[in-house]
Amino acid sequence: MRRAVIAFTAFLGGLILLLAAPAHAAEPEQSLRGTLNFQGQPVNGVKIVVTTESGQPVQEVTSDAKGTWEVPIDQPGSYKVTLDTATLPQNMAIRGGNNQRAPTVYEGNPTTVLFALTAKGEDGAAAPDEGGGSSAFWQRAAQLTFEGFNLGLIIALAALGLSLIYGTTGLTNFAHGELVTLGALLAYLVNVPFGLHIIPAAVIAVILAGGLGYAQDRFFWGGLRKRGTGIIAAMIVSIGVALFMRYLFLILFGGETQSYAQYNAQAGIEIGPISATPKNLISMGIELTVLIIVGIALLRTRTGKAARAVADNPALASSSGINVDRIIRIIWTGGGAIAALAGIMLGLSQNLKYTMGQELLLLIFAGVTLGGLGTAFGALVGSIIVGLFIQISTLWVPPELKNVGALAVLILVLLFRPQGILGRRERIG
Amino acid sequence: MNWDIILSTTVKAAVGVETVWYALAAIGINIHFGYTGLLNFGQSAFLAVAGYGLAVTVTTLGLPFWIGIGVGLAAAVLLAILLGIPTLRLRADYLAIVTIAAAEIVRLIFRSVEFKDVFGGSDGRRGFSQGFYDINPYPQGTYGFWPLSFNEREMWVLSVAWALIAISCLIVYLLMKSPWGRVIKAIREDEDAVRSLGKNVFSYKMQSLILGGVLGCLGGFIYGLATGSVQPDIFGTETTFFAYTIVILGGAARVFGPVVGASIFWVLLVLVNGLLTGAVQSGLLPFMDITQVGPFRFLLVGLGLILLLVYRPQGIFGDKRELAINAR
Repeated sequence: MRRAVIAFTAFLGGLILLLAAPAHAAEPEQSLRGTLNFQGQPVNGVKIVVTTESGQPVQEVTSDAKGTWEVPIDQPGSYKVTLDTATLPQNMAIRGGNNQRAPTVYEGNPTTVLFALTAKGEDGAAAPDEGGGSSAFWQRAAQLTFEGFNLGLIIALAALGLSLIYGTTGLTNFAHGELVTLGALLAYLVNVPFGLHIIPAAVIAVILAGGLGYAQDRFFWGGLRKRGTGIIAAMIVSIGVALFMRYLFLILFGGETQSYAQYNAQAGIEIGPISATPKNLISMGIELTVLIIVGIALLRTRTGKAARAVADNPALASSSGINVDRIIRIIWTGGGAIAALAGIMLGLSQNLKYTMGQELLLLIFAGVTLGGLGTAFGALVGSIIVGLFIQISTLWVPPELKNVGALAVLILVLLFRPQGILGRRERIG
Repeated sequence: MNWDIILSTTVKAAVGVETVWYALAAIGINIHFGYTGLLNFGQSAFLAVAGYGLAVTVTTLGLPFWIGIGVGLAAAVLLAILLGIPTLRLRADYLAIVTIAAAEIVRLIFRSVEFKDVFGGSDGRRGFSQGFYDINPYPQGTYGFWPLSFNEREMWVLSVAWALIAISCLIVYLLMKSPWGRVIKAIREDEDAVRSLGKNVFSYKMQSLILGGVLGCLGGFIYGLATGSVQPDIFGTETTFFAYTIVILGGAARVFGPVVGASIFWVLLVLVNGLLTGAVQSGLLPFMDITQVGPFRFLLVGLGLILLLVYRPQGIFGDKRELAINAR
């Protein structure tokens, strides 16, 4: 019996040693590491060179898709870390201009090396190699215009659904941002845990989100309409839905930022003054195509015409034989699907987080209000203007405050032209 | 499962710090939304400017505590006027969008690196509450009885906060019985009818916005003093939404609705948190881990808000005839 106990203890001890040893070996004793972020987005493909204090090369690494880099270090001591500025994306520079750091590595600890990135031209020292100031300015303006279009198209996709739902049901849907997140996370679910490529995953996610949009109206909002829930009550209900969905995402998805398995690290290609990644160009193409198709569908098809009629005047549309409930259901389905597409595009160009849609919501509202609440084409125009405005304003405004400008514009529009650009003049006060 | 701790934290939540500052914010919302029918979704901004007004005056400018309180109150009034001028003529849904946008502007400015020297960026400001605790009349020690026991600091904050709540409720009660209150409630019912009687609706709405903002902003002070710090993200849109949930839970357009609502809201949140944490720790809920408990309670808040509005829009104590929300 005693022998058995000793043998068992020895076995357990051996097991612990076995388990512990490889885990220990895999961890580097100490390392230098860091994360490169630009305006909250990871920056990948930037070369970092680590040398010893006397200049002996240790290792060269490039930052990965999450913007992180790490160099294992054998001996504690002082090191030199140099960021190769030529590998930084065009529009970025190191804050303060100094691209070298001299950290000290202590035994057994990773040491974090900080390179703060700013937009180029923001501080004078950062862009010494950039010839004349005005040409750099215009190059940046062109780049930001491109990025503004990119953002504007995403907002437009999301805004279209919000605006049509508002137009047909009078509901200001505060949960629309969560529909955007839903699409992005559904695509992630199919893409990463199930391992399907992002393109079919996106298609599946859009279809699923459309189905969920349908179900939402069929089983929830439709029921509330039948009960005669007023628009203010419905608005507060939508806040409840938003909270519910947001925290559901947090529970299921976690609070970390993630990215899709494909297309998260792409080198930019130069088109004139603009540097763009192929995925950006392709997603902008998809967004434009979808917007044009929806636009044509609204203008030319029977259902589209009926939808616009309902948005214009539900009672009149109903009395002229249009099945209003059916139209609303179609709009919820379509609105859910294109909001999901917006989420996937946003996830491709930025990162996935459970708050991504929530952060977009006010910009969607800004776009919709600017264009005219309830009008489909107003939402498009307004959203693209908002996207452009946000990005181009970073020429003068610090990037973290770029949304402030857009929200201020939202308030100003309501002051001076409350019906928006394409809206009909009506009582809003 | 540790029933002692669950019970004592739950009982404490009924009168605790979270409850009082949310109750004050909700009293403000009750004036806006419950009585006047203004859908102000920017209440968190009032709390933020008050908290930051105090914090910045004391830490950055080095002025005494009472001046900080004055600056905070003035900031709330100023914000109400700035917010009201463009928005009070708008229809309810537009008003909601604009006020939520304004609150986000305030939050983004407070957390920006650009103004870090003044507002402290996303870390916020701390170290401004000394003036408040210097006048603490409670000597050091523990007060109350199990499960309600507080140290002298908590005791002082809570005494002040409950006194403020009592005064606010009294103000609301007296005002809403007065002719002024009747005009305010009439605006909620039918703005045009009030206008046709020769009342200046805009001016009344503005007064309501200022009053609700100032009473709500007291919550910002209490939060700042109780925790000894202010952070921008505490004053996000969700704070406003939770305060709305509290108003609707307690019953809109009822004097004690927001107070009772806040108590129940936090008792439920803390109770659910305690029960779930205990259940997860003792392995009763194998599909959940401990980090999911926090979000799960807020998921329940969302669900609760939906169910309340659908099945009982008047809340616990509300009167269905006195509802700004035309829910049936």
